[in-house]
Amino acid sequence: MREFGYQRASDVQGAVALLGADPGARALGGGTNLVDLMKTGVERPAQLVDIRELPLDRIETTDDGGLRIGATVTNSDLAAHPEVRRRYPALAQAVLAGASGQLRNMATVGGNLLQRTRCGYFTDVTQACNKRSPGSGCPAVEGEHHQHAILGASAHCVAVHPSDMGVALAAFDAVVHYETADGPGELPLAEFYLPVGTTPHLETALPPGALITGLTLPPAPVAAASRYRKVRERASYAFAIGSIAAALDVRDGVVHEVRLAFGAVASRPWRAREAERALTGGPATAEAFGAAADAELAAAAPLPHNGYKVTLMRNLVVAVLTELAEEAAR
Amino acid sequence: MTTVTTSTAGTTGSVGAAHARLEGRDKVTGAARYAGEVPFAELAHGWLVLSTITRGRIRSVETGPVLEMPGVLTVLHHGNAPRIDGNYQGMMGPPDPVIQVFQHDRVPHAGWPVALVVAETSEQAREAAESLVVRYEEEPHDVVFGAGSPGAYVPDSETPTEKGDVEAELASSAVVVDAEYTTPEEHHSAMEPHAAMARWDSGRLEVVDSNQGSMWVASELAKLFSLDPGAVRVRSEHVGGAFGAKGIRPHQVCAVMAATVLHRPVRVVLTRRQTFSLVGYRSPTAQRVRLGADADGRLRAVDHQALSVTSTVHEFLERSADAGRAMYAADALHTVNRLVRVDVPTPTFMRAPGEAPGSFALESALDELAEKCGIDPIALRARNEPAVGPASGLPFSSRNLLACFDEGAARFGWAQRDPRPGIRREGRWLLGTGTAASSFPSGAAPSTASVTAEADGSFTVRITAADVGTGARTALTLIAADALEVAPERIRMKIADSDFGPAMVAGGSMGTRSWAWAVTTAAADLREQLALGGGIPPQGITVRADTGAAVQALTQKERHSFGAQFAEVAVDVTSGEVRVRRMLGVFAAGRIVNPLTARSQFIGGMTWGLSMALHEEAVRDQASGGHVGADLAGYHFAAHADVPPIEAAWVEDPDPDDPVGIKGIGEIGIVGAAAAIANAVWHATGVRHRNLPIRPDRVLQAGTAAHGAG
Repeated sequence: MREFGYQRASDVQGAVALLGADPGARALGGGTNLVDLMKTGVERPAQLVDIRELPLDRIETTDDGGLRIGATVTNSDLAAHPEVRRRYPALAQAVLAGASGQLRNMATVGGNLLQRTRCGYFTDVTQACNKRSPGSGCPAVEGEHHQHAILGASAHCVAVHPSDMGVALAAFDAVVHYETADGPGELPLAEFYLPVGTTPHLETALPPGALITGLTLPPAPVAAASRYRKVRERASYAFAIGSIAAALDVRDGVVHEVRLAFGAVASRPWRAREAERALTGGPATAEAFGAAADAELAAAAPLPHNGYKVTLMRNLVVAVLTELAEEAAR
Repeated sequence: MTTVTTSTAGTTGSVGAAHARLEGRDKVTGAARYAGEVPFAELAHGWLVLSTITRGRIRSVETGPVLEMPGVLTVLHHGNAPRIDGNYQGMMGPPDPVIQVFQHDRVPHAGWPVALVVAETSEQAREAAESLVVRYEEEPHDVVFGAGSPGAYVPDSETPTEKGDVEAELASSAVVVDAEYTTPEEHHSAMEPHAAMARWDSGRLEVVDSNQGSMWVASELAKLFSLDPGAVRVRSEHVGGAFGAKGIRPHQVCAVMAATVLHRPVRVVLTRRQTFSLVGYRSPTAQRVRLGADADGRLRAVDHQALSVTSTVHEFLERSADAGRAMYAADALHTVNRLVRVDVPTPTFMRAPGEAPGSFALESALDELAEKCGIDPIALRARNEPAVGPASGLPFSSRNLLACFDEGAARFGWAQRDPRPGIRREGRWLLGTGTAASSFPSGAAPSTASVTAEADGSFTVRITAADVGTGARTALTLIAADALEVAPERIRMKIADSDFGPAMVAGGSMGTRSWAWAVTTAAADLREQLALGGGIPPQGITVRADTGAAVQALTQKERHSFGAQFAEVAVDVTSGEVRVRRMLGVFAAGRIVNPLTARSQFIGGMTWGLSMALHEEAVRDQASGGHVGADLAGYHFAAHADVPPIEAAWVEDPDPDDPVGIKGIGEIGIVGAAAAIANAVWHATGVRHRNLPIRPDRVLQAGTAAHGAG
């Protein structure tokens, strides 16, 4: 087999030192994606720094009423946490919509943010792929792309980000915290993922050698009435072809606050700010929901075989917001 | 010497009672060893290197650097591999050239075997194989298949059915259905990938394999390597699924080559990804069905034309149009199977070859006809029940299709069904139910078996049967027990060893029927011998049977299993999701040997049908000619959450003139299941889905009849 180094870090400083010392080093969380990709040769790290023993496995309430979630919290623990379920139900639902029980027991929050696309060209080392092998081309544009991006893509890459969790985090303005040799830093999720442009292999704004230490979720009362809905090609154990995280606060029939994020439509979880703007202060009706979806999706540039995603996302916006509005009215 | 006790024991009744698999405990505890995990001293490991181009020539295989890598023993390729002889007629005709590995520099399709790296460990072999540089001269390829594919032809192996004047009958029909259906490329995806160990032992070639016919594999290896048939022994103790893909395949040939070159045991295990190009698959199909009927639904014409794909190097015909040859009475019947050759791997038999895709088209078309005639779909089928084989004119050995529909309709609650489409709603879900008929030929092939009365009062049965996970070992034990009139505990059932002699493979739903015939014949002969009295010598008394003549003498009849499939679905047309809520299959499949494992086979087949209806589809990239997502993350089959409660039942289906009374049950479960689901989707939404799988994007774009397309 292909040889690689393995070291287990016991504290954050140690992990950061190990990651900083070797540009070929990668942090190993649950390994549910990285190890798979190592087996197929897509990822070839020289060094794995196992961070599972780091003291980053807690979920705590912040002083302002938000949540702080450690990077090595498992998906299972995140979804099961009473405060997550109470304050950000869409986040728990999103996590539970992904993978399987066994995988969720292993997968970590930090790793989830950094997981790679499941584009079939990316995962096959015999194929060209600008993300895996910069400059080799993107066969998906002309080839198989019915699951690919309709928003924010470029001719260089049309892959989608696979995370369910990230969609809910995008809706709730999560902030990613990291540590480097030079000290700590943070990135709002909206700035965490880089635009595709001509450099699809550069996926995040994390500085080299940085270790994600956790997330914070700012307080968001609107999130208490939130929902995640995922559509996929089988009932379980498949990535989304379209998903939505939505939160809605309706007062007297008027949208007081709304959060919307889309999954499986872009290289990153897609915060639907145009739709939010269109809705805020307006009526909470199916017509308004549809018009808001249209406003967001006006920027969509579907490929020949994924135009259905425009319809799908519009339908999901209308369906999920209608459900939330009806529940609020009860 | 012991005294004979069998003739008076008179124990029968094992057949028909539920018995757990004999090897079930070993399997669930891990004690059962599969071909990839049987230990051998000095075992070396081979790893296949497959072409990354789709068409062209190998210019060079740069073995130098790889041979320097740790543990690497050899690299076999077209420049140095032993010569083999593929010019022969095997059990299934001439061999697929993909098994004639490393004999020339041509690459006829993506994923063609170009080299085998052998090393001390599997990891070393893999590392070296993935490092091996192979240079190619690439040529343009064509992998496109569809209804309009140029170059379609009727192969020599196909005899179209031509009865009556289809065009005239269509012209005078009050109601006509003329529709095109497609099914995609589908893969067997057995849980256990292919694995084989080969070694030479005292001048004999021994292969430990995972296959569905050890005699089949042994005879092909003997021919390929120009060996005396007796010099090859193939065993296949446990098999983790086969479904038609586990015959002679490149891994066995590679293992034998490497064992011959290295003079030590070599094992070759395929990766999941490799199985997508090396072990066959179900061809995509494009089918056109035309039905003409009187206003009351009486069929005047059935025309079923099917197109499937084959490779440029070998011919395999997916006989989809055969599905209707024995189904419905019609004044005119026309069926034809055509092929088109492109630069893809050769397809092969996959669970219910022909019938699975063919029944989707035909049974969907019947449902469309029922709708157009305003007749209940079951009544339509009853109205067209034939007295004799519609194409052959032969009598049916037994035909209990309508009994299946009667029983199924009662269990499913069909009488309460409102035939109008698109009117049942539950929240975001539209609900519908559908039905379809099912049938599969019931053949038999010559087999040999031996039964030994042991001195201790037990019996040993030897037959080159294969238990591919179906419970065949257990079923044959029950059959032997009844034939010998002893309790099953006194039977020692030895299977899957080519030294036991020729026998049918586990295929064509013919295995248990063919093997049971040989076992009961041998047992009957043995009982006659034992009835003469006298004792049993220490080596026992062995009787062999060969059913060759008896199978030949079987009266020419239409012999089929039949079934009725029912499904209820929920469809969300705003997301495109389809969920199957329940399925029921009622089958007339002869004598059921072991109700426990039979039920598993039926519901397993029905689950395949569900998966075919909604999920399965191998996607080929036209530019590269290879697959996209050739693994179980990319190739979706139904997950547990997709599979609803499935009920399988059977009706009496006796045939007093049949020597065994058993019909196959391995394949009929899938037949018609996809059509039942597609018909239920129509009933839910009012929109016909004629292209499988019924993916969310297709449902979403089709919408509902009420809202129109889009």
